[in-house]
Amino acid sequence: MSAHLVSLPVLIPLAMAALLIALSVERLPAQRALSIASCVAQLAVAAALLASSTSGEVHVYSLGGWPAPFGIVLVADRLAALMLTLTAIVAIAAVAYAAGGWDARGRYFHPIIQFQLAGLNGAFLTGDLFNLFVFFEILLIASYCLLVHGLGAARLRAALHYVVVNLAASALFLVAVSLLYGVTGTLNMADLAVRVAEAQPLNFAPIASAALLLLVVFGVKAAAFPLYFWLPGAYAAAAAPVAALFAIMTKVGIYAIIRVHGQVFGPDAGLLSLVAAPWLVPVALATIVLGVLGAVAARTLTGLVAYLTVASAGTTLAAVGLLTAEGLSAAIFYMAQSTLAIAAFFLLVELIVAQRGDAEDTLEVGRPMAQSALLGALFLVAGMTAVGMPPFAGFLGKLMILQAARETAAGAWIWIALLGTGLAALVSVARAGSAVFWRVLPGSPAGAIARPVALVPAVALAAVGVAMVAFAAPLKSFADAAAAQILDRGAYVEAILGPPQGVRQ
Amino acid sequence: MELLVASGIGLVAACGVYLLLRGRTFPVVLGLVLLSYAVNFFIFVMGRLTVGGAPIIAPETGTYADPLPQALVLTAIVIGFGMTAFALALAIRLRHETGSDHVDGSEQPTANTCNRTR
Repeated sequence: MSAHLVSLPVLIPLAMAALLIALSVERLPAQRALSIASCVAQLAVAAALLASSTSGEVHVYSLGGWPAPFGIVLVADRLAALMLTLTAIVAIAAVAYAAGGWDARGRYFHPIIQFQLAGLNGAFLTGDLFNLFVFFEILLIASYCLLVHGLGAARLRAALHYVVVNLAASALFLVAVSLLYGVTGTLNMADLAVRVAEAQPLNFAPIASAALLLLVVFGVKAAAFPLYFWLPGAYAAAAAPVAALFAIMTKVGIYAIIRVHGQVFGPDAGLLSLVAAPWLVPVALATIVLGVLGAVAARTLTGLVAYLTVASAGTTLAAVGLLTAEGLSAAIFYMAQSTLAIAAFFLLVELIVAQRGDAEDTLEVGRPMAQSALLGALFLVAGMTAVGMPPFAGFLGKLMILQAARETAAGAWIWIALLGTGLAALVSVARAGSAVFWRVLPGSPAGAIARPVALVPAVALAAVGVAMVAFAAPLKSFADAAAAQILDRGAYVEAILGPPQGVRQ
Repeated sequence: MELLVASGIGLVAACGVYLLLRGRTFPVVLGLVLLSYAVNFFIFVMGRLTVGGAPIIAPETGTYADPLPQALVLTAIVIGFGMTAFALALAIRLRHETGSDHVDGSEQPTANTCNRTR
């Protein structure tokens, strides 16, 4: 059983999606129950993997029993297990929130969300580059369908841009993957790590260009400058539970950058090591600055949160760009807490919009809200976490990044960018909060109070985010261990390919 | 043969990129199709160009055609086909909803969607 545990995060949602398609749309309660059950099962599996990965063991699952460089492997190390757990937590909240009514506005919401989860989990687990492409495509086609869920011209317009940008990125991904195969003769990440380190100088140029093409592709997914323009429109147009689930999607891009540029092309990859290093930090800092400028300029709440998503992706990328154990550890902690905060924020914004009547999500004067105290408190928690103010987890994450950057060459730039944009982001969130909660017309509340089914997921996500402060020490030591594991290429290669003197062509 | 194949891929990719940058949805979808053709051919070529080689490695055959890129390209073709169908359906739906086949849904430049109410 435990040998097959690694395959379950992909198999459970795939099987459940097939089952849910077979269930007729009229049986929505049954669909909701099964969809939630599937997410809970994924959380259980992810927690089991997380618990067993704390020892440092790398779980390798060879599909069909074919050995590693030739067959396909799924690999669960600390970072992968952490990402699986995060995905399952956000998925439970998104599906529970959607059960409040969003899932009735289209025919196949629950099956598509399960396909999306299969793609996400697969992308976190896969051990070779071509399957990373395949799982990316699975999660993308599901995300295209989810983005247009509910229809309307604004969603369709945003979806068309999103689809075209991602299809172009997929073409680049295939070029990079096949170029790597053509030069090194392998697509398995562990095998690739070995062969990149042993590459002939003649092959440096094609390998380096393939690696940088991959950086472009993952940059599109991670919404890095200058490739983030699709994100604010798409996330602002998406339904709230979909946008909450999309909070994990930018993290897939960052995860892939960590895997490929932190591990395969990591510090010990011979002469080709750290091929992406000159690009990562400048790109990340530009992303932070432009994301925060967008947040300051945003005229709607959804636009504000979408641009804060861009800024948080940039902040994570800046820490990844250090490519040190400290930097990666800070990135992992920041990524985990910002995913939860952004997801909670997207759910919360829709709760606020529902109570504002005609003002909707613009930052204009509106009628008073039925639950302004409760929603205001939640807004404070989500906003301050996203901005990175004490005592919330965002502050701890930023502190770790600043500490990690202190002694590096790019440190001064990272300090300036993070501290400066922190102030601007605080202004943007404070301005939005005061506009929405304090500048209200006299009169009776516009909307009814939020139903518990919608309120509970948002509160729970925010609570998990706050709990990360209380458990920051164990989480940080886990992130340290995960970062050390990423940089320990020898152990990774040995876990997948066996001892070095084994049969390798 | 290498020169012919390489410049052919380059030409198809260039046409694809040009069409991708057009303002109407139909040329954009065609551009995506051409781009994916070029990429598929590129994957195929990455197994090296061989004429009359056996598809598998056997000790007696000197040259062989690498079967892996052929398997990869099959996967890429299937995925590309599905994505093209979806993009086409989306473009048609957008045309129905907005009455325009412009990629922005209207002939006039519009404000960023995230700054407008839904």
